[in-house]
Amino acid sequence: MGTEISILVLLVFMIVAALIAAETRSLLSSVISLGAVGVGVSIAFLFVAAPDLAIVQVSVEVLLLLFFVRSTIGREVEHVKGRIRWPGLLLAILLCAGVLAFGVYALRSLPPFGSPVISAVKEAPSNLYLEKSLKETGAPNVVAGIILDYRGYDTLGEATVLFASILGALAILRGRAKRRKEK
Amino acid sequence: MKGMTVIVRTIARWVKVFIFLYGCLITITGHLTPGGGFAGGVIIAASFILITLAYGKELALRQLPLRAAAGLDSVGALIFLVVALFGIGFGGIFFANWIQRRFPGGSFHLLSSGAIPVYNIAICLKVGASLFITFVIMSVLRIVVQKDGSFRMVQDEEEE
Repeated sequence: MGTEISILVLLVFMIVAALIAAETRSLLSSVISLGAVGVGVSIAFLFVAAPDLAIVQVSVEVLLLLFFVRSTIGREVEHVKGRIRWPGLLLAILLCAGVLAFGVYALRSLPPFGSPVISAVKEAPSNLYLEKSLKETGAPNVVAGIILDYRGYDTLGEATVLFASILGALAILRGRAKRRKEK
Repeated sequence: MKGMTVIVRTIARWVKVFIFLYGCLITITGHLTPGGGFAGGVIIAASFILITLAYGKELALRQLPLRAAAGLDSVGALIFLVVALFGIGFGGIFFANWIQRRFPGGSFHLLSSGAIPVYNIAICLKVGASLFITFVIMSVLRIVVQKDGSFRMVQDEEEE
């Protein structure tokens, strides 16, 4: 019960921080509020006993915050003034309400907090991983055993995506710089 | 970038070592404790980015040149792929943990669980180097919006 209340408090904190990030006037405050959301996610991971995710989340969040601050500092946003377009706003509100209703309906079918689905289904592969991971992979950290042994393809794909994106960013940025030098 | 004040520089000089070592620790013991290659790589990249911010990019690029970082990035990806490909030869299938089958090692030891620490180190090299490259590229170049709305990329020194 205590965990649920802590996570609810964290959720409210994250929602408030996200609203501030979306509504504030200064770009720097917006970026910092975004960092607060990330730290909230990291603490929430700790509460549901996922330290691996918490470590990755907090380190990536700090680094991304540095990236964002570096790229937004000294820049101002231009605020667009204009009339509110009612049909679009109405459509957006309707869409949000629909998604919310569907979410409430779908979340009802989930098992209660703290009792994962795998405890109900004996043949679930997750149970197999938990039982045999230490014996088969030799890694006490089951997460490492799963992502680098059972699910190695996923990690390879993830590494490939990272490689390709860095390559693309590097090619684009460097090409512009070189062309400028030749002038 | 010229760097920051003496206070920041002095603290950064002491702290960067600990951040770097913590990243190494999280990477190397990724199969025993929470953490792993991705988190360790990000933390190691953060230690180099700290140097970049505190001392300016010249010192950081002297410690880890862009060409070396790009090499480390590729070497990490290659190690990952080659160890996984060896799984076909020694274990029968792609991504088979062949080191674990040949040399089991004791559980809960640093040298155990075969290929998983190797994968962790490879991912750490890849992630750390590529994030450092991205940050340097982003801090060297800067997008400037001109009056007619088109974009232009300039280097920081040109502007100042």
